[in-house]
Amino acid sequence: MKLTKTQYEEMTQKASPPSHLFKDCLWAFFVGGAICLLGEVLRQCYLAMGFTLTDAGTLTSSSLVALSAIATAFGWYHKLAAKAGAGTLVPITGFANAVVSPAIEFKTEGLVTGVGAKMFIIAGPVIVYGMLASVVWGVLWYLLRPLFG
Amino acid sequence: MQYLWAFLVGGALCVIGQILIDLTNMTPARILVTFVVAGVVLSALGWYDPLAEFAGAGATVPLLGFGHLLAQGVLDAVEQSGLIGALTGGFSAAAAGVTVSLTCGFLAAVFTRGKDPS
Amino acid sequence: MKKGSTLFFEKRPVFIGWAAVGGKKEGEGPLGGQMDEIFEDTTMQTECWEKAETLYQKKCCEKLFSKTGSKAADVDYMFAGDLQAQCTASAYHARGLDIQYLGQYGACSTMAQSLGLAAAFCAAGFADKAMAVSSSHFCAAERQFRTPLDYGGQRTPTAQWTVTGAGACLLSRAGKGPKVQAVTFGRVKDYGVKDVNNMGAAMAPAAADTLLRYFKDSGTSPADFDAVYTGDLGAVGSKLLAELLADEGVKLENHLDCGLMIYDRETQPEVIAGGSGAGCSAAVLAADVLPKLSKGKLHRVLFMSTGALMSQVTVLQQESIPTIAHVAELTDE
Repeated sequence: MKLTKTQYEEMTQKASPPSHLFKDCLWAFFVGGAICLLGEVLRQCYLAMGFTLTDAGTLTSSSLVALSAIATAFGWYHKLAAKAGAGTLVPITGFANAVVSPAIEFKTEGLVTGVGAKMFIIAGPVIVYGMLASVVWGVLWYLLRPLFG
Repeated sequence: MQYLWAFLVGGALCVIGQILIDLTNMTPARILVTFVVAGVVLSALGWYDPLAEFAGAGATVPLLGFGHLLAQGVLDAVEQSGLIGALTGGFSAAAAGVTVSLTCGFLAAVFTRGKDPS
Repeated sequence: MKKGSTLFFEKRPVFIGWAAVGGKKEGEGPLGGQMDEIFEDTTMQTECWEKAETLYQKKCCEKLFSKTGSKAADVDYMFAGDLQAQCTASAYHARGLDIQYLGQYGACSTMAQSLGLAAAFCAAGFADKAMAVSSSHFCAAERQFRTPLDYGGQRTPTAQWTVTGAGACLLSRAGKGPKVQAVTFGRVKDYGVKDVNNMGAAMAPAAADTLLRYFKDSGTSPADFDAVYTGDLGAVGSKLLAELLADEGVKLENHLDCGLMIYDRETQPEVIAGGSGAGCSAAVLAADVLPKLSKGKLHRVLFMSTGALMSQVTVLQQESIPTIAHVAELTDE
């Protein structure tokens, strides 16, 4: 076959159906929005119960994480995610799903070498790079702070 | 009204993620990392706090909000304890989210098993 | 006799038996009724998917033995493979058989590879009876190659669905049944596709290359066959294969893809571009192709399996996907 890689790439692109961008975005918007709305409802409840702003925020995240863990354990989360895409990925529930799903999955390899070792196989990078960014910002702020008085 | 803003802003942030998934070859893990780091940067620039004030959970529930939380935590810690705060602020702020996630993960692993989606 | 890249068998090996088993989704697909047994519970009452796959393969071979009235001791060699790292589904199955075993890894091309080797051993007189076996399990493959089952990810429009199931066939130097006329073992091709969610596109050039070599060596064209079966190119790869062959002046009008046969994409839209996996072409061969050949509904076909030979490590290292395809000509006489 006298076919170059570039030619084949063109053929492949033509033959492969594109993602349904509009439909995907609608799903992501409504599901993602709904999760955030649920978060806001919870936050207002916690505020009404007399928690401080910070504590209410912490409780809201924790509640969403717990709900996501339950949905993941029952096999519902990935079913929703198949449609919702980023709508279930971007909220904190997506982070929880990324921690809980490998934990369940690698149970067969043992509680320490499976669950323990593999739990952060997907979410680990989020923590690593989030922390690194925060350290960089912390050092920068320490150096810049005198300038801002 | 704040419920509507939470819904709209939260939804819009997810749409950004969806556009990244559909139009680039970024894997979900890369998108999550990008969101968290972007959250730290936006927060450091002082742009995220007004959004969080305005949209509430719409800004704090998406992972950008997690980045914002880290950046704020580190800021407060540096104010309180100087350079050491740069090392402790991030994890202190993230402590609840990460701990709840891993606790739930452990419990889920103990009590359930993976299911065949077919 | 070797001509070009193709082995033409003077003493043609005979298929004296075959068996296919599948999981729930395969049972609900168009070929569900033609499989020997459907195991709806894809855990196979085990605690892990790897064991479950071994059991699918075991059940498939037990079916093959009972259908042919033979036992493992009657078989000289077992060529078997699967998708698990280090081919463990097959090895753990073979440890209970006391049979001379040759583990095969050809990703989704495993069935044609095993079949070709079994046929060559029989034709050369090195074996009186040899079996070819291949299996895959959606859950075992998913967790090895992609993400945990409960992880919420979105599948792209070119993604394929790994078949849960197995296929096995028993070849003999003599007997009655469909025969293996010739085999072409393929060459590894890589046209730079990096998207692991577009395996069909990655594998189509390998399929085209092997088919073209076979047509040249045998002096045939697609019109000489009742059907040309490919393993698991799916919707995207099938389209590309037709285009690639058309560019070389070969018209492919009687093409059937096992990945498109095993599921109904209308009623099972979650499979997206079709089925895949080492069990896909194996199960379709044993559930559809061989029964039709033996009943005279088909007379002369090409059976090809295609495989994508990357690993999760090479994918992360930004490597493109090397692919392979092997083809066998099967006849009814």
